[in-house]
Amino acid sequence: MLKHILKALTEGPVTMPGPAPSPAALEELGQRVAGAARVRLGRSLAIREVDAGSCNGCELEIHAINNPVYDLERFGIRFVASPRHADVLLVTGPVTKNMAEALRRTLDATPDPKWVVACGDCAVSGGVFAGSYACVGPVEAVVPVDLRIPGCPPRPEDLLSALLALLEVADASP
Amino acid sequence: MHVEEDSLHGVLGRIGRPVADHRPWPRYTTTPDGWRALLDTLAGNRWTLVGLWGEPGAVHVALREDLSGDLGVVSLDCPDGRFPSVGAVRPAAIRPERVIRDLFGLVPEGAPDGRPWLDHGVWGVRAPLAAAPVPAAAPPLPEPYPVLPVEGEGLHQIPVGPVHAGIIEPGHFRFTANGETVVRLEERLGYVHKGIEGLMRGRTVADAARLAARLSGDSTVAGSLAYARAVEAALEVTPPPRAVWLRALMAELERIANHLGDIGAICNDAAFAFMLAEMGRLREAVLSTADACFGHRLMMDRIVPGGVAVDIAPDGPARVLELAAELRRRFPPLVRIYDDKASLQDRTVGTGTVSVGLANRFGAGGHVGRASGRGGDARRSPSYPPYDDLEFEVPVLTEGDVNARVWIRIREVEQSLGLLEQIVRRMPGVPRDVAGTTPLPLVPVTADRAGEGMALVEAFRGEMLVWVRVGADGTVDRCHLRDASWFQWPLLEAAIEGNIVADFPLCNKSFNCSYSGHDL
Ligand code: SF4
Repeated sequence: MLKHILKALTEGPVTMPGPAPSPAALEELGQRVAGAARVRLGRSLAIREVDAGSCNGCELEIHAINNPVYDLERFGIRFVASPRHADVLLVTGPVTKNMAEALRRTLDATPDPKWVVACGDCAVSGGVFAGSYACVGPVEAVVPVDLRIPGCPPRPEDLLSALLALLEVADASP
Repeated sequence: MHVEEDSLHGVLGRIGRPVADHRPWPRYTTTPDGWRALLDTLAGNRWTLVGLWGEPGAVHVALREDLSGDLGVVSLDCPDGRFPSVGAVRPAAIRPERVIRDLFGLVPEGAPDGRPWLDHGVWGVRAPLAAAPVPAAAPPLPEPYPVLPVEGEGLHQIPVGPVHAGIIEPGHFRFTANGETVVRLEERLGYVHKGIEGLMRGRTVADAARLAARLSGDSTVAGSLAYARAVEAALEVTPPPRAVWLRALMAELERIANHLGDIGAICNDAAFAFMLAEMGRLREAVLSTADACFGHRLMMDRIVPGGVAVDIAPDGPARVLELAAELRRRFPPLVRIYDDKASLQDRTVGTGTVSVGLANRFGAGGHVGRASGRGGDARRSPSYPPYDDLEFEVPVLTEGDVNARVWIRIREVEQSLGLLEQIVRRMPGVPRDVAGTTPLPLVPVTADRAGEGMALVEAFRGEMLVWVRVGADGTVDRCHLRDASWFQWPLLEAAIEGNIVADFPLCNKSFNCSYSGHDL
């Protein structure tokens, strides 16, 4: 194991260079943020992930942005265990009716100021599950949404650049 | 009517009449008396329940005689909306029956558990897939769910979920503990029920494939493959040989990626984050290879009825061999670290044990079954091309603990690396047509005939079943998808008994059952 760690030290970083904040996400957030009084969050964001009916594909890529290659934490963004510690809810899935109440309660448990990000086609539009008797539909049909990240599932780079845009905006808010 | 213990097809032939156009294994229709006789037989023998599902006015049960590998389906019409409960003789059937009642309104008579399962009372409809769904109120709050009573001095309950602490799927766990020790765990699932089987109805077989691909995102390749094979069986379509080999290549990449991710996550739940980081790097190497080869990191929607939707990139075969070589170099030192770390072994050895008897009773497959003495693997039996032509071993252990499940996954990664190499070297070449272009390995799935098909495919979690009836207009009349998790989730309840609450994440991760795949 020591050998392994030494090798890792000499091999140089495996982490990819950080992407720029997504211009599209910046624009979407800019529109939402205009006029809204947001408390300055500082250059860090705490995210609580909520699976509201996903196929678990989105979760795999959310996991991936935490691996050493994408390493989300170097930007000051990290996942937390409780909504009470979160600034952001990252919601996946076509919000099943069986999860709608849990999602609402999770949002209620998140302190202000807070942001809701809809992650993946299902969360953005209902995706392939739209129209089912068991789904409410997009996340915004249940809770207000600040940012949408399309993709099925979104690629890790897209998740990173969208979250970086959120960090910029949150940081610049009054 | 009593049936002596006999061969599967002997019994099924006696109690039922074969149905035409069901492939590749026979399906029989039977009478209530025949069904009861079958239940008597099931109470006393070891045939494995491989599936139990409903449709408006009928139930179907799929069975396998493990020794011979024979498979068959038995169906019972339920004109009065009732059928004798299979769960009364086979505990593995209890949850599937609760689903049949929730979705189709068919009542299992004599069932040990009459509570709903997927229906939490908020759909605004009861029996949504029945011939005549029953409109219902749609209260904003789910119905209260009666958890099973537990009595005893000093017991307390710990409710967990549906929203958990990590980046995982939602489900509710009710622990009853005596101090630190878990006396009972009761699962409550269904939170991510999306109505997949309802959405598939009436769609073209091509359209419905996108839903099968999203049954469980981590098994998207396996789900697409099982669905495609079922449709191809129903319509007697043979996919081009190159497509068959490309499908296996994708399936093995998916298996390796998932096992790597899970080995890392299991170690992380034993507070050894180093392994999560290292395995995360390896998993990433697999996903980026998949992306470079097939244009999608999870290879979603790449397998379709009739063949594959994309061929491998021109440099794909070389990349796969490079990946295999890289993993053969980087994986074994990490395995040695796992094996050497006493602090890690202390957490995984003897934790979360599933007995061989219990695994057999529930017919559990995948790493859960194979760590507890069940050697089944759909790639071996019933097998499907190209695996009948490839060399690989199916690892089996009998300890049944977290450590055994980790070792099964380690061995499976090694076997799958060998399969990747064999597939790349032996895959049929790219055909060129007269114009010099390379057509996709895909044949049209003609929609001028009806048929019923069934397929069993080995996903990374275990055997996945898809049963489909395609109508003469080329649309899906009924499709049932059964993830391996169905027969593993109940065993998790048993595995945690007598362990400490703090070891639950470890046990859970070593199973890694799918919520989405189970909740449909
Ligand atoms: S967007 Fe795609 S990957 Fe994400 S939950 Fe929906 S179907 Fe799954």
